[in-house]
Amino acid sequence: MNINNLHEQFKENIAKEKRWVRFYQLLILLAFFTLWEVASNLRWIDQLIFSSPSKIWILFLDNVRDGTLAVHISYTLFETVLGFVIGTLLGTILAAILWWSPFLSKILDPYLVILNAMPKVALGPILIVALGPGMTSIITMGAIISVIISTIVIYTSFKNVDANYLKVLQTFNATRFQMFKEAILPASFPTIISTLKVNVGLSWVGVIVGEFLVSSKGLGYLIIYGFQVFNFNLVLMSLLIIAIFATIMYQLVELLERKLIKD
Amino acid sequence: MTFLTVSNVHHTYFSIKEATEALRDINLTIQKGEFVSFIGPSGCGKTTLLSIIAGLFSPTVGSVLIENQKIFGNKELSIGYMLQQDYLFPWKTIEENVTLGLTLQKSDEDKSRIASTLLQDVGLPPVEKKYPRELSGGMRQRVALARTLAVDPKILLLDEPFSALDYQSKLKLEDLVFEMLKQYGKTAVLVTHDIGEAIAMSDRIFLFSARPGRLHKTFEVPEEIRTLTPFEARAHSSYSSLFQIIWKEMEGLEHQQSS
Repeated sequence: MNINNLHEQFKENIAKEKRWVRFYQLLILLAFFTLWEVASNLRWIDQLIFSSPSKIWILFLDNVRDGTLAVHISYTLFETVLGFVIGTLLGTILAAILWWSPFLSKILDPYLVILNAMPKVALGPILIVALGPGMTSIITMGAIISVIISTIVIYTSFKNVDANYLKVLQTFNATRFQMFKEAILPASFPTIISTLKVNVGLSWVGVIVGEFLVSSKGLGYLIIYGFQVFNFNLVLMSLLIIAIFATIMYQLVELLERKLIKD
Repeated sequence: MTFLTVSNVHHTYFSIKEATEALRDINLTIQKGEFVSFIGPSGCGKTTLLSIIAGLFSPTVGSVLIENQKIFGNKELSIGYMLQQDYLFPWKTIEENVTLGLTLQKSDEDKSRIASTLLQDVGLPPVEKKYPRELSGGMRQRVALARTLAVDPKILLLDEPFSALDYQSKLKLEDLVFEMLKQYGKTAVLVTHDIGEAIAMSDRIFLFSARPGRLHKTFEVPEEIRTLTPFEARAHSSYSSLFQIIWKEMEGLEHQQSS
């Protein structure tokens, strides 16, 4: 037994564990869909409400073939990504303004609390009246739902950056803008990334609710339409697609995290 | 030639609950190229005085001048400040950390050349492209020294820069800082708890008493130790006699306080 052998064995054990984890993850997935299919076929659950994987799959292929699904997905994706980016960007900018002026942040503190506590989707009807029943309202909805909480979380992180980094910069006669650029912002990247992760989920909520209210396109529309004509195959298919794309977006944010954060 | 003048400095910290007097009536001068230390019990305001000299804030009363220029808010004056920990920016490479001051001052000098020369001077192998987390504590503090020297500061302020290091790194770094300052002809102020360190490194030692911080006594370090490196100085016979004197003086101060 030499060190190399032991090291190989150690690496092999880790790889082995990883394989088992993957195996059980796949097993759960397979078991879920199989059970669903069987339960539906044997009428343990109501087929009309809970559909079945095979029916959803057939519907999916139909919709892919006639091209309608791609249109709906692209609408919703566009709205969500835009709402998500705008919400986070605006939150970061607002946080920067609050950091810049401690006096302003003291003044605005109670208003931020109120705005944060308020359920943003309740603003839906007002947005639709003000911005028209179209894409603008939906994107605004996707952004508004995440902007206040982003502002609060990112601002808190700005305030908590170790003052000694600022001291170092101050002895180099740095301006306030340089302090923000060199210390405050990069030190807060981990927080901003974790806000991004939360915001992925939030903007999907905003956009789907927005589409419930106004749209004639998008996955949220498909859900509400399917509900109205009692086509639950359609509802569940849309849900599954949302789950897949939300996961992809989340993975992309994690990729960004690995690129951006070096320590 | 008088380089730094602290005259009639008082400083009080205010909070809603109370006003705390940190410094009372401080007067001292430091010559060009001199190395001085501030020592004293905690609460004697030595770090406050260092921050005022660094221009981080203005004293409540009094003035601090370097070559007859005001320090606070003076953008022309470049001051080097080393803290207890290195405070290297973890998201910047070593080179970017060393040249931080130059970047901020929008200097158009050849930054990577300056960085590699300085890193060599502080006794580091070529680590320009590495990140701070890849270096040991002693190496990181060396990088911090290089960062401080990169802007060619008029004065170096050292706020217990060796206290977070293990003993061996501390001794090595003391020698390095001592030699570099002599080589570059820099004026320096060291704040420390460690009497031995103060004797080994400085030309003069200012002893402060606490609450409020006042200048209690000034000690001249004997000529024969001054020229030695800190490591050699610790082995010299004059070192231990001065150590005893300052030790007794500090004991006396603490006694006064507790009684």
